[in-house]
Amino acid sequence: MLKATVYVTLRESVLDPQGHAIQGALHSLGFDEVKGVRIGKYLEVNVDTTDKAQAEERVREMCEKLLANTVIEDYRFEILEG
Amino acid sequence: MRVAVIQFPGSNADVDMYQAVEDIMGAPVDYVWHSHNDLSAYDIILLPGGFSYGDYLRCGAVARFSPVMEQVIKAAEEGKLILGVCNGFQILTEAGLLPGALLRNASLKFLCKLSELRVVNNSTAFTQDYSQDEVIQIPIAHGEGNYFCDEETLAKLQANNQIVFCYENENPNGSINGIAGIINERGNVLGMMPHPERAVHAWMTSDDGKRMFTSILKTWREKNGVTTNA
Repeated sequence: MLKATVYVTLRESVLDPQGHAIQGALHSLGFDEVKGVRIGKYLEVNVDTTDKAQAEERVREMCEKLLANTVIEDYRFEILEG
Repeated sequence: MRVAVIQFPGSNADVDMYQAVEDIMGAPVDYVWHSHNDLSAYDIILLPGGFSYGDYLRCGAVARFSPVMEQVIKAAEEGKLILGVCNGFQILTEAGLLPGALLRNASLKFLCKLSELRVVNNSTAFTQDYSQDEVIQIPIAHGEGNYFCDEETLAKLQANNQIVFCYENENPNGSINGIAGIINERGNVLGMMPHPERAVHAWMTSDDGKRMFTSILKTWREKNGVTTNA
């Protein structure tokens, strides 16, 4: 069993109003050093295979098809030993 | 003529859509469950608003892979008229039938109110009963209606006259160029965030949505050589 950890974030060119609101909240708590917050999604996908290369190919396909909308989002992932 | 209102788990504007078709178009209309895989009996396909699949992952992301969506894509290729409202619009973008995507409202607030729209293109199958640049009142009800596309896509939408509705006076959700509704290049698939089906009688505060349904009916009649008695 392998585990893919997938991060999906809004593209740099896309405004993130949620991140902006959280940045404001952090500032109001005194964390003045915060210069930007981007909010994204984190997914753990367990895949029933021991073939890392194959898992990578399949997870990429999952990201392209469903997990990310590449019009507005970027994704990256790592394959770890389950 | 037969009209389909597609129902996904979590659709909630399906009844409004169905009743608007009955009241304004007077056409036979059926609810079609998302697992259905044959739309050959239908001439017009309506994707209603709501929160299909709980909006999990992204609005419309899961609904886009429903069995019925393959049929919706096929119907679009055949040139049938397809209208997606609110969540229906989100599903159409996820399915790639319309360009761009819908982001969280810039204000982060869910907006439920009457909005003013400018009819930017009245030469479509869905808007021929409006006047060019007419300002109409149609309600919105969404948390993620902030239309976004890259500059290249925007230029293409403008060049092909694919922007159909823009917000007037106030842009409620931060959408690019105030876009409220767009149509595909071929002119048979329209998506919009505002709800015309919720503005079809004077008692609904506005009946400006009525003419979308009369436009669709007129288009169908013209295409099929049916004489009107209206």
